[in-house]
Amino acid sequence: MTKTVNNRAWFFVLPVFAIVAFSAVLPLMTVVNYSVQDTFGNNQFFWNGIGWFQELLDPSSQLGEQFLSSLMRTLLFSFIILLIEVPLGIAVALAMPREGWTVALCLVLMAIPLLIPWNVVGTIWQVFARGDIGLLGWIVNRLGVDYNYTGDPVDAWITIIVMDVWHWTSLVALLCYAGLKSIPDAYYQAARIDGASRWAVFRTIQLPKMRRVLLIAVLLRFMDSFMIYTEPFVLTGGGPGNATTFLSIDLVKLALGQFDLGKAAAMSLVYNLIILAICWVFYTVMTNVDAQRDRVEA
Amino acid sequence: MARITLDHLAHAYKANPRTAEDYALKEINHVWSQGGAYALLGPSGCGKTTLLNIISGLVRPTRGRVLFDDLDVTDLSTEARNIAQVFQFPVVYDTMTVRENLAFPLKNRNVPRDRTARRVEEIASLLDLTRVLDRKASNLTADMKQKISLGRGLVRPDVAAILFDEPLTVIDPHLKWQLRSTLKEIHSALDITMIYVTHDQTEALTFADKVVVMHDGAVVQTGTPEELFERPAHTFVGHFIGSPGMNILPCRVEGTTAFLGSTTIPLQRAYRTLSESDRVELGIRPEFVRLQPKGAGLPVQVRRIDDIGRARIARVEMNGRPLAASVPDGISIEGSEAALAIDPRHVHIYADGHLVPGEATGGHAA
Repeated sequence: MTKTVNNRAWFFVLPVFAIVAFSAVLPLMTVVNYSVQDTFGNNQFFWNGIGWFQELLDPSSQLGEQFLSSLMRTLLFSFIILLIEVPLGIAVALAMPREGWTVALCLVLMAIPLLIPWNVVGTIWQVFARGDIGLLGWIVNRLGVDYNYTGDPVDAWITIIVMDVWHWTSLVALLCYAGLKSIPDAYYQAARIDGASRWAVFRTIQLPKMRRVLLIAVLLRFMDSFMIYTEPFVLTGGGPGNATTFLSIDLVKLALGQFDLGKAAAMSLVYNLIILAICWVFYTVMTNVDAQRDRVEA
Repeated sequence: MARITLDHLAHAYKANPRTAEDYALKEINHVWSQGGAYALLGPSGCGKTTLLNIISGLVRPTRGRVLFDDLDVTDLSTEARNIAQVFQFPVVYDTMTVRENLAFPLKNRNVPRDRTARRVEEIASLLDLTRVLDRKASNLTADMKQKISLGRGLVRPDVAAILFDEPLTVIDPHLKWQLRSTLKEIHSALDITMIYVTHDQTEALTFADKVVVMHDGAVVQTGTPEELFERPAHTFVGHFIGSPGMNILPCRVEGTTAFLGSTTIPLQRAYRTLSESDRVELGIRPEFVRLQPKGAGLPVQVRRIDDIGRARIARVEMNGRPLAASVPDGISIEGSEAALAIDPRHVHIYADGHLVPGEATGGHAA
């Protein structure tokens, strides 16, 4: 094969390099730059080496303790979200009609929460859950339950979780529904002939056929919930106290509230690495499971 | 063990069927006797699968009854009927091994574990699956998977009939033959009624003792492969079975003579009952029309000669109508002029598509 050497090709690739440089490399490098320096304003920076990172990863320091607790809160939040939304999404998908005009109706209704801007979702629930004027808060209080999401940490958590479930379960449900729709009728007919119970049909046909979309759903929901910012920020602002201060909220407070650029930069780098690491684990497990399956079968 | 009776059965997918066109399956009365090997043959969309699904209970018929022996099972669910079905695309449970797949129907019916294990081994050896019993079912070849689906039917000791819905569609050609012989062996080894749906005449004619030919939602003929070949009851059967199919020529019949334009063909039987309004046609299989040099016989123009392997077929034209004829060995035709010799014993007369029996003439022309 002969290759034509033509340096004009660089000219065509250049715009892409420029865009990637401005959108990804330069901001990231700026963050790396901040993370090894300290500033007291006036645009004066001092070299700080890996000091911020040491402080951040040392739980006995104030910054380290704050970071660790936000990280734990975020992980707990993602865990609860997955635990509720995945089974609920599967259940909703199984209950959805398979044919007829109701299908379109269900799909549209379920897509509505997904189409609402995130800060609007936060605002809706902020009003909805208020004890004085919000329908939900008022009813719950009238039922005799002492509910106040701005004062009680547990109430705040419950409100955020219910809000997220309301907002995102339909995504899991829609993905599962797509997986279910791809199962040929013959499988269900064969299962009926084999005398399989409803549960056996779910275990042996529906769940295995949904496996791939479920992995995608879990990955998407994990990433989104681990990076959640807008909705809890609008709803609780991270409070009461620090009860709902997730990593992202903590980071914004540090960077834009206190203007601690060095600490914030170090924190965002570690945050970034954690997400990358968890995604890598997910990806490896997913591909490994597939490879293992193929090996067993071959 | 069961004899399956279809009693005035009809089915429409529409809610309120009125005219005959609304019915996907027109009224059928048929008895499948115990232990028979049947083929349900017809083109796509003729209602074969609907009929099969009614027998297995996946579809409830609009009218009529399904009887197993003398028991009315029309309203019985699929799992309550002692019937198994093998589908067009092989169905296996992906997460299970072959052994678990085969045991699945028994497990669902709470058969004791040791009985299940013994039965699975038996069926696996019958289907030559013993080697792969502990492998995952999902990555086996299509013919293996199809054997597993068949095995899940056979493993149930109560199964009286197995229904096949075009089971060889996704199987490689060289394995089709093998799998079909496996089916035949199993049929002769076990006393099970088999109903095999297909649109492939070779599959139907080699598999079945009795072939039911369907067309447009109705059964047009039931018979042995020989009967379908020699006495097609309908022009559709004549055309659909055989390659090439039967020659169907519009004609006029008076007594024992058929007039094809200016040509006359003597008939062996007398047809006096044909009315003026009927569309009368003459049918003759290419196998019984021999090409010969011009001179004696019906003059024709030869268009081309196809070699189809075991025989040569001449495509000819008679009075402007295309015809297929067999070319005997050792015959060579010069130019395009030739003649046909028709075996009068195999000439059939059809009125509006249906075979007219005619009357015996006692060997003498009237």
